[in-house]
Amino acid sequence: LFNRWRARAMQGVRDKKLRTKLKKNEARLRNAARSAAEAELLLPSDAGYLEVEGMERTWKVKQAEIVDAVDLQTAAKSFSLSLDMGPYRCAYSRNGRYMVLGGAKGHVALLDWQAKELSFEVGVGEAVRDVVVLHNETMTAVAQKKYTYVYDNRGIELHCMRDHIDVNRLEFLPYHFLLASVGNAGWLKYQDTSTGQLVAQHRTRLGACSVMRQNPSNAVLCLGHGNGTVTMWSPNMNEPLVRMLCHRGTVRAVAVDREGLSLITAGVDSTVKVWDLRTYRLRHEYRTTSPAVELDVSQRGLLAVGLRAQTVVWKDALEKRQASPYVVHRYDGDRTCDVAFCPFEDVLAVGTSKGLASIVVPGSGEPNFDSFEVNPFATPRQRSEAT
Amino acid sequence: LAAAPARPHATSFRAQLRDVRALTMKVKAISRSQREHTRETSADIDPLQRNYDPALHPFERAREYTRALNAVKLDKVFAKPFLGALAGHTDSPTCMARHPKHLALIASGSADGEIRLWDVVNQRCIACCSNAHRGFVRGVTMSRDGKSLFTCGDDGSIKQFRLPRDLDDFEGEDVISRGPTAIDPVNAVDTLRGFLGIDHSWRDRRFVTAGSAVEVWNYDQDRPEMRFEWGSSSVTSVRFNPAEPDLILSTGTDRSVALFDIRSEAPVRKLVMNMQSNDVAWNPMEAFNFTMASEDQNCYTFDMRKLDRALCVHKDHVSAVMSVDYSPTGKEFVTGSYDQTIRIFGNMSGHSREIYHGRRMQRVLCARFTQDARFVISGSDDMNLRIWKARASESLGVKTARERRAENYSEKLKDRFRHMPEIRRIDRHRQLPKSIHKARKLKDVMSKAKKRRESNRRQHSAPGSVPNVSERKRHIVRQVE
Repeated sequence: LFNRWRARAMQGVRDKKLRTKLKKNEARLRNAARSAAEAELLLPSDAGYLEVEGMERTWKVKQAEIVDAVDLQTAAKSFSLSLDMGPYRCAYSRNGRYMVLGGAKGHVALLDWQAKELSFEVGVGEAVRDVVVLHNETMTAVAQKKYTYVYDNRGIELHCMRDHIDVNRLEFLPYHFLLASVGNAGWLKYQDTSTGQLVAQHRTRLGACSVMRQNPSNAVLCLGHGNGTVTMWSPNMNEPLVRMLCHRGTVRAVAVDREGLSLITAGVDSTVKVWDLRTYRLRHEYRTTSPAVELDVSQRGLLAVGLRAQTVVWKDALEKRQASPYVVHRYDGDRTCDVAFCPFEDVLAVGTSKGLASIVVPGSGEPNFDSFEVNPFATPRQRSEAT
Repeated sequence: LAAAPARPHATSFRAQLRDVRALTMKVKAISRSQREHTRETSADIDPLQRNYDPALHPFERAREYTRALNAVKLDKVFAKPFLGALAGHTDSPTCMARHPKHLALIASGSADGEIRLWDVVNQRCIACCSNAHRGFVRGVTMSRDGKSLFTCGDDGSIKQFRLPRDLDDFEGEDVISRGPTAIDPVNAVDTLRGFLGIDHSWRDRRFVTAGSAVEVWNYDQDRPEMRFEWGSSSVTSVRFNPAEPDLILSTGTDRSVALFDIRSEAPVRKLVMNMQSNDVAWNPMEAFNFTMASEDQNCYTFDMRKLDRALCVHKDHVSAVMSVDYSPTGKEFVTGSYDQTIRIFGNMSGHSREIYHGRRMQRVLCARFTQDARFVISGSDDMNLRIWKARASESLGVKTARERRAENYSEKLKDRFRHMPEIRRIDRHRQLPKSIHKARKLKDVMSKAKKRRESNRRQHSAPGSVPNVSERKRHIVRQVE
């Protein structure tokens, strides 16, 4: 897990001094891997779990039963908001403290969802197609009908990005400070949010696109197209890096796991397929009752499939094919619009046509965060000094 | 909050199942308390936690590379090595000695026979003896207990001076305004033969001089205790080994470097090189290794146990290397050269890591590390002793723990990525005087041509008739027992 080095062929190196240096370096790396592995003992928290005995099944456990059984603080994380401004897209900030909601009728809100504190809410006056939080909660990007806007954490409009027209999906690459957008025109555009420069724009040449996800391990964007293909893009190349034919029919949703080893796609053929991203081969597929609307993978590898009137969460479903799901959440009457796992919390947010539902999914979040990387408890000073 | 709907009295089967499940179900979710992750008072530090799982740290290599690039650029921004010049000599300082106990006290002898004691911290001369020698002062050395200073010169005399116990006597406004105190030798020996170098033993009350022969003196007698001669040449410098108290290394005008052992009263071994060595220095940490500063612009590091090949050939100067001195860490040494620059080499690296030059600095005749390995002092023909930092971008003064950690991290990053082209380019960049730049280029062209010609000769001769001699052996002529 912690080994980042590979044993190099020493015979190839003729310089004795260099060979000694490399050997010493390898010994040091091995020690570092060992101490990092030993330091796992010191991690403060454990992951969540949901276990039932005998003939019981975890997917029969309702959210209300989970709320009854857990502590008050966790029970407070399961809530629903009834909102009436259209199907809601939802997104969490990188550290999981803040959530942004975008209603299709023009409602945009940023809230600290644990403290139930509203940072801002505005009615933008036109359709909102997607929302994403940039590097921290001080900036959110909203894909509105015509252009894409960036708002402050007080709701002040900071930028109007006129290069991003008629955008369907936004993705923010946090380590490159790039905001990527793809829309009905089929153009994929990358904008540097630190310098403001439009870094790259690529014609996908596959028509309107409304499915986009990034691979968190290498910042490659996976786009799903109407002809059943998934293409992978980098800002450096005009052509896609990879083209995969995934589904018979439109690709409805795409997700990539944290380590970048699995690609999950959902199509109108009511299948959810899990692909190995190293060999680009199909591992297994699941059949769903209706075509999936949205997919998301949590930090610990739980797969959330948003179907029309329910969300199904699968556990350990990426490596092996599972026979039954882990948690099922039904909400009759609402239609699913978006699913998003909260980083570092055991919580799944479902954006529906009637508002937002936040449900507790034990075991989905990473229990131990690294304060130097992403800190859910960041003070304003730490937020400004974060690298 | 969505309230759980009020359930009727549980009679239905489904409800009973639900109750049973609630009893047997095990569920736990992540629940972190805000209090644990917030500092209690503003005087506390913010609580932090680490998780070294690589999945939480994407793009490690790229981010480290960017940090290394920034570190190396900042290095160049903060590189201000020159600290000050010690002026006072009226002719070029030819030799220097540092005090074994005081970091700030150094002694220098100049070409007009003057000896001066300097306070490096306050950058002023504290004592001066203007007529110590008639002619060049060829060697200056301090005894290990720090009480005496021995000097020798062209006029054949060895003078002993008493060193101040501490520098407090030389503080104070009136003392500074008066100028350097005049001091006189407490002891002197006159001979008819000139001396070219002197060194003091670190253990015994004896010192060794170089001149027509290597002579070992002790404090009590007017004539040398022992005299070693080997061949008819003069001996230009001598050094006691820092670990073995009876081992002496000397350089001679017959292009040789000779090892002597006092106990055996016989010379041990002699190594003859292509060109004469001007100075030699023992590695204080690896006391079997020594480095010689040679007239052929290189420095050679040898292991005294195996003199048939050099351990390392240090090539970067464009003119004769006049002086060499090791850092107390044994990891690097400073060289002063006739080409008006001083360079700092790593003890096993073939090229210099640093070069210092100045428009007013002329031929460098002596260069020394200070005893804390942080500063380098050079004495040059323009009659000044210059103080430089050993690490050009080091910040002087007390550093906080956070600063030290940040510096260590930057150093390690630079080490890891030093070979990458962008970083290497920035790291290696030095502004050189035009003469040196041109001389380097010319040297480069000439050495490439020589190599090419030799390889051509080898190709077109009978196999084995033009042997491929390793660079480490190429400059050795022979070894003599």
